[in-house]
Amino acid sequence: MIPTDYYIFLGTGLFAIGVIGVLTRRNVLIILMSIELILNAVNINLVALSQYFKSVDGQVFAIFVITDAAAEAAVGLGLIIALFRNKETVNADEIDLLKW
Amino acid sequence: MIEFVTFIVLSVLALVSAVFVITRRNAVHSAIWLVITLFAVGGIFLLQHAEFLFAVQIILYVGGITVLFLFVVMLVDIDVALKQARFARQSQLALVTAVLLAGTLGYALYNHGHGLNLPARPMVTAPAQNTQAVGMALYQNYMLPVEIASLLLLVAMVGAVIMAKRKLE
Repeated sequence: MIPTDYYIFLGTGLFAIGVIGVLTRRNVLIILMSIELILNAVNINLVALSQYFKSVDGQVFAIFVITDAAAEAAVGLGLIIALFRNKETVNADEIDLLKW
Repeated sequence: MIEFVTFIVLSVLALVSAVFVITRRNAVHSAIWLVITLFAVGGIFLLQHAEFLFAVQIILYVGGITVLFLFVVMLVDIDVALKQARFARQSQLALVTAVLLAGTLGYALYNHGHGLNLPARPMVTAPAQNTQAVGMALYQNYMLPVEIASLLLLVAMVGAVIMAKRKLE
C-alpha cells in the first residue's frame, strides 16, 4: 500500500508544472494544455483522499472536475479559433486589444 | 513492492511528460506528450482502485479532449509558431514565482503531512464494486449536481458553436 502523502506530493509536482506552463508560455494552446495538467493534479489529490477517507465522494467530485475540463476545453478552443480568425495569432502577449 | 515500483514509474512518466508538454516548441508534440501524461494519471487512478475514473479518464481525456486539441492545432498555422519565441517576456519572474509556490506547498506538505500522519489505508470497496458505488453516489446523493453538470455541458456546447461560427448575422 502506498502512503497517501506520496500521491499528494505527485499532485503538487504536476500542479507546479502546470502553473509554470500557464505563466511562461506564449502559445494559448499550450496554456490550455497546462490548465488540463493542473486539473489532473487536482484529480490525483481528490482520488487519493477519497481512498484515504474510504468514501467515493472524492471520485464523484473528480468526475465533475473532468466534466468541467471538457466544457472548458470546448469553449476555450472555440475562443482560440475565433481569436486566430480575427487577430492571426495564438500568442497570449500579442493580444492587447484592451491596452492603449 | 511491485505496487510501489508501478507508482514510481507512473509518477516519473507523468512528471517528465508534463515537463515535455510545457517545453516543446511544436504544439502537436505537446499534445502527444499530454496524451502520455493523461495515460500515466489514469494508471495512478487504477493503482488506487478507482476503475470507473480510469475509464472516464481514458475515454474523455485521451479520446475526447486531446483529439479536440489536435484538431485546433491543425486549424491554427503552425509554421509561424515554430519560428517564434516559446516563452513570454515575464517567463523568468514567472518561473521563480511558480518554483516558490511549489517549494512552499512542498514544505508545508512535508511538515504537515508527517504531522497529520497519513498512512496507507486499505480501500473500502472491492474492485468490482467501485463503478457501482460511484454510480450510486452520482444518482442518489449528487442528483442535483449531475443535472447542473449536464446544463453546463449544454451551455458549453452552444458557446463553442457560437465562438467558432464565422459571422453572427
